[in-house]
Amino acid sequence: MFKYFEPNKIFVITSRAPKYVLFLFIIVLSIGLTEALILSPEDYKQSHAVRIMYVHVPAAWISLGIFSCLALFSIGSFVFKNKNFSLISKSLAPSGFIFNVIALVTGSIWGKPTWGTWWAWDARITSMLILALFYLMYLLAWRIYKDKEYVIKITSIIAILGVINVPIIKFSVDWWNSLHQSASVNVFSNTSIHMSMLIPLGIMTAAFALFSLLIFLMKYNTELIKIKNKGLDRL
Amino acid sequence: MINEIVSMNGYGSYVWSAFSFTLLSFTFLYFVIKLQLTKEQSRFVSKFGSLTKEKARVARSQNINKEILSNISKI
Repeated sequence: MFKYFEPNKIFVITSRAPKYVLFLFIIVLSIGLTEALILSPEDYKQSHAVRIMYVHVPAAWISLGIFSCLALFSIGSFVFKNKNFSLISKSLAPSGFIFNVIALVTGSIWGKPTWGTWWAWDARITSMLILALFYLMYLLAWRIYKDKEYVIKITSIIAILGVINVPIIKFSVDWWNSLHQSASVNVFSNTSIHMSMLIPLGIMTAAFALFSLLIFLMKYNTELIKIKNKGLDRL
Repeated sequence: MINEIVSMNGYGSYVWSAFSFTLLSFTFLYFVIKLQLTKEQSRFVSKFGSLTKEKARVARSQNINKEILSNISKI
């Protein structure tokens, strides 16, 4: 099955897709920003400060999603000895890290008007900070170690250890006393957020997902060309 | 109307700074990755240009190399 996803088969798609993804991203982001900043209503308690949710929540969701994929592909590269999996993980990490930083910074900005503080050692904030450290270790490992086999092993271990933190982030608000509220958007049960806020949140999440796809494709192409450059040296 | 959008009942500085930080981070990451891609593409072109005719023919027979060259020629 994996032979259909080999780099020489999918490069035709990955090298041409970024311009279309960028175009789609700009359109979806423009709609999302109009909805989030102008059309969506203010909250009866938080007033306009609630609009920060439209960047904070999607960024947090996507950084968690990307780290889970990172761990999944790392397990895959361990089990199937498939180097393309580690290449995919490496290409996913930069956007995951940026989304993690965005979630932390926008969360801090949101914290000031709602909780009266920029930072608190709350379970969810602390576990998100730990996730950012795992992302940082993962990215640094690719820069520091030159031995290909060794770096794949090290980065896979970092990703697999780091993913233990993902359910901790998700359930931290239920397990410990937290400044954060429990989840308002649920896939399997009722969502407590009103449609007028759920729609912009969904559009912004789609825009952020498109951006991470764009960065992934560009980074993946860069890594493949890097490999091809080494191949030309060996000719 | 514009004043209302900018000030947002006194929360404008928080909302606008959160959105600005997000968009600036996107722009920064996009250009960093774009720069890395362009650098690798030009390295590929210069390496390909220095190959002998025979080696260039072998390199061109690979699908990815052909695709990289066609993408670069479009830029």
